[in-house]
Amino acid sequence: MSTISSPTGHQLPEEAIGVLSTDGFIDPTESAKAFVDDATAIDHERVAEMYRLMANTRRIDQEGVNLQRQGQLVLWTPSVGQEAAQAGAVTALEDRDWIFPTYREHVMARGRGIPDENVFDFFRGAVHAGWMPNDYNMQPYTVVLAAQVPHAVGYGWGIAQQQRGWTDARRAKEGRVAIACFGDGASTEGDIHEAMVFAASFDTPVVFFIQNNYWAISTPFEVQSKVPLFKRAQGYGFDGFAVDGNDPIATAAVMDRAVDHARRGGGPVLVEAHTYRMGAHTTADDPTKYRTSEEEAQYAQADPMVRTEQYLRRRFDYTDAFFDEVTGEGEQLAANLREKIVDAPDTISLREKFDLVYAEEHSLVEAQAAAFDRWMEAEDA
Amino acid sequence: MTTVFDEVTTGTKKLTIGQAVNRALHDALATDERVLLQGEDIGALGGVYRVTEGLAARFGSDRVVDAPLGEAGIVGTSIGLAQAGFVPVAEIQFDGFVYPAFDQIVSQLAKMHSRFQGSQQFPVTIRLPYGGGIGSVEHHSESPEAYFAHTAGLKVVTYSNAHDAYWVTRAAIASADPVLLLEPKKHYFVRGEVDFDAPTENPFATVEARPGTDGTLLAWGPQVSTALAAAEAGVEDGYDLQVLDIRGLSPLDMTTIANAVKATGRAVIVHESSTFAGFGAEISAGLMEQAFLSLEAPVQRVGGYHMPYPPSRLEQDYLPSVDRILDAVDETFTY
Repeated sequence: MSTISSPTGHQLPEEAIGVLSTDGFIDPTESAKAFVDDATAIDHERVAEMYRLMANTRRIDQEGVNLQRQGQLVLWTPSVGQEAAQAGAVTALEDRDWIFPTYREHVMARGRGIPDENVFDFFRGAVHAGWMPNDYNMQPYTVVLAAQVPHAVGYGWGIAQQQRGWTDARRAKEGRVAIACFGDGASTEGDIHEAMVFAASFDTPVVFFIQNNYWAISTPFEVQSKVPLFKRAQGYGFDGFAVDGNDPIATAAVMDRAVDHARRGGGPVLVEAHTYRMGAHTTADDPTKYRTSEEEAQYAQADPMVRTEQYLRRRFDYTDAFFDEVTGEGEQLAANLREKIVDAPDTISLREKFDLVYAEEHSLVEAQAAAFDRWMEAEDA
Repeated sequence: MTTVFDEVTTGTKKLTIGQAVNRALHDALATDERVLLQGEDIGALGGVYRVTEGLAARFGSDRVVDAPLGEAGIVGTSIGLAQAGFVPVAEIQFDGFVYPAFDQIVSQLAKMHSRFQGSQQFPVTIRLPYGGGIGSVEHHSESPEAYFAHTAGLKVVTYSNAHDAYWVTRAAIASADPVLLLEPKKHYFVRGEVDFDAPTENPFATVEARPGTDGTLLAWGPQVSTALAAAEAGVEDGYDLQVLDIRGLSPLDMTTIANAVKATGRAVIVHESSTFAGFGAEISAGLMEQAFLSLEAPVQRVGGYHMPYPPSRLEQDYLPSVDRILDAVDETFTY
């Protein structure tokens, strides 16, 4: 097998599809044969778009840590290191496709055009969903691991019924796909098993997109599974692929094909993107307690940002002008975000929350809302 | 069981509760193409109690779906189906099998409308055959209503007769909110008149099942019949007992309950689950708040003991009985 352009600490499975070396040269893995042409045919505009999503998210990510440290956020979940995997995935989708994220899919949220401050509204404890899901076809971040994956399958089941009998042409133009995002830790949850069984049974157009970042807070991947996760797909009766998730064009090419397969009515697909959580699990985490700085240094060499930049420079002659522009854009985004988030007011009152518990009337909630009104009036008096 | 109909049911018919539910599901499927039933063995078999018999043949296996055997998957995919525009009606085969879906019900389904800031409705109905007295093995006889009534965002409803079985089921499916529909399975084969032309007004409200002036027995689902039997037996003891049939546990019609107890001055709450932190405690607290000055005696509770639901050979001593209820009524006359 050829050299795998991978993080150096953990061994990628030999089936992993990789196209770029860590320094951005085209150096495909053995398993990439069927994908190399697609990956290298990805035009510079998409690679640049991916880079922009990645770079801006990483800049905002730093802002997330800073704002949490300054007491403006209750928590932040960095996506540092996982940007290429997410950029490859989100750019493989049409706007009409639905994303069912966990809580670290910041690149995907950006790819959907969700304003940073909406994502941050969740992390500053203002709301449980920072954005209106139906405006972006992206589910709110889900905190109970894997719980959103059966939702994705149910949604896919529904649209599979609605799209029954459609021609390939119509599917290509209007067909929808659901993408369920979760990690190596969540892969152990029972909901994943049930979701995969249902997905296979009803041929749902769902792409199970796993970002295997090797760490579930402090628990290493080896504890979750003795075999790469993509192999589980075979047991459920659909295809699974492993891809170097720090390689944006390999991930994009694999996700393009997975999404196309689902869109054409071929049923579910699993893609395991091997990546690495370069940062902490959340701002409440301390990785020094459970992993070595040597390991982190090794993975720094596999940083997807570096790889993507080098590829743009080498293959498409991108110059400092582009990268400086993106850097400037990130700074501007960060400044705008700080302005909107620092000491921001509540976006919704507790009184308004009473009205959201049920769609219809509920005597208890109404009585409590009235009592709350009386209490607040008395407080104000 | 006659189960193949061409049209929405009309007129008045004498049906078992199970048949009434079957017709409610049929009529919902017939009138709303968004309605989709899923559950274990609900298709060709017609459900382990045959409640869905004939529906798959009539509406097809796309709309009456034999689900893979996974309760979290059944509820979780129902959430996604709702997002895709369907009105899912999920059957969980037995009360004791609902817990694998607990997260999907209480942390996902119940919170979705609020989490989505009201921008998406989740009209999912979960049918849950529940309650004991059926002589079955472990996990087939439980009454988990308190777990779910405690959860904001869920409606929790039940019924005790065939007419209500039809209309409460129709109302649950029509609700824009998630509904946990507790089906008193011991009574699936009890017959009653169903008037298909007379929708039940406020189907989740509490109603008087028997008038009385000396005290009020409060029950729901399978225990309404026990309470009625106790009231009947109480006549010999000189008691004129009222029985309330509580159909909605959430929302709970506390106004009707409090007004009834204010009139009689005595309340005995009857349910199958353990009384400790059971739903009767909520009603008792509500009566303290709203009927305290009218009470002649402390509110009494008759229910299960604080133990796992016992083996079926022992369940008659565990479940509320006419004698235990009347003993509690006697107690209210000692103050």
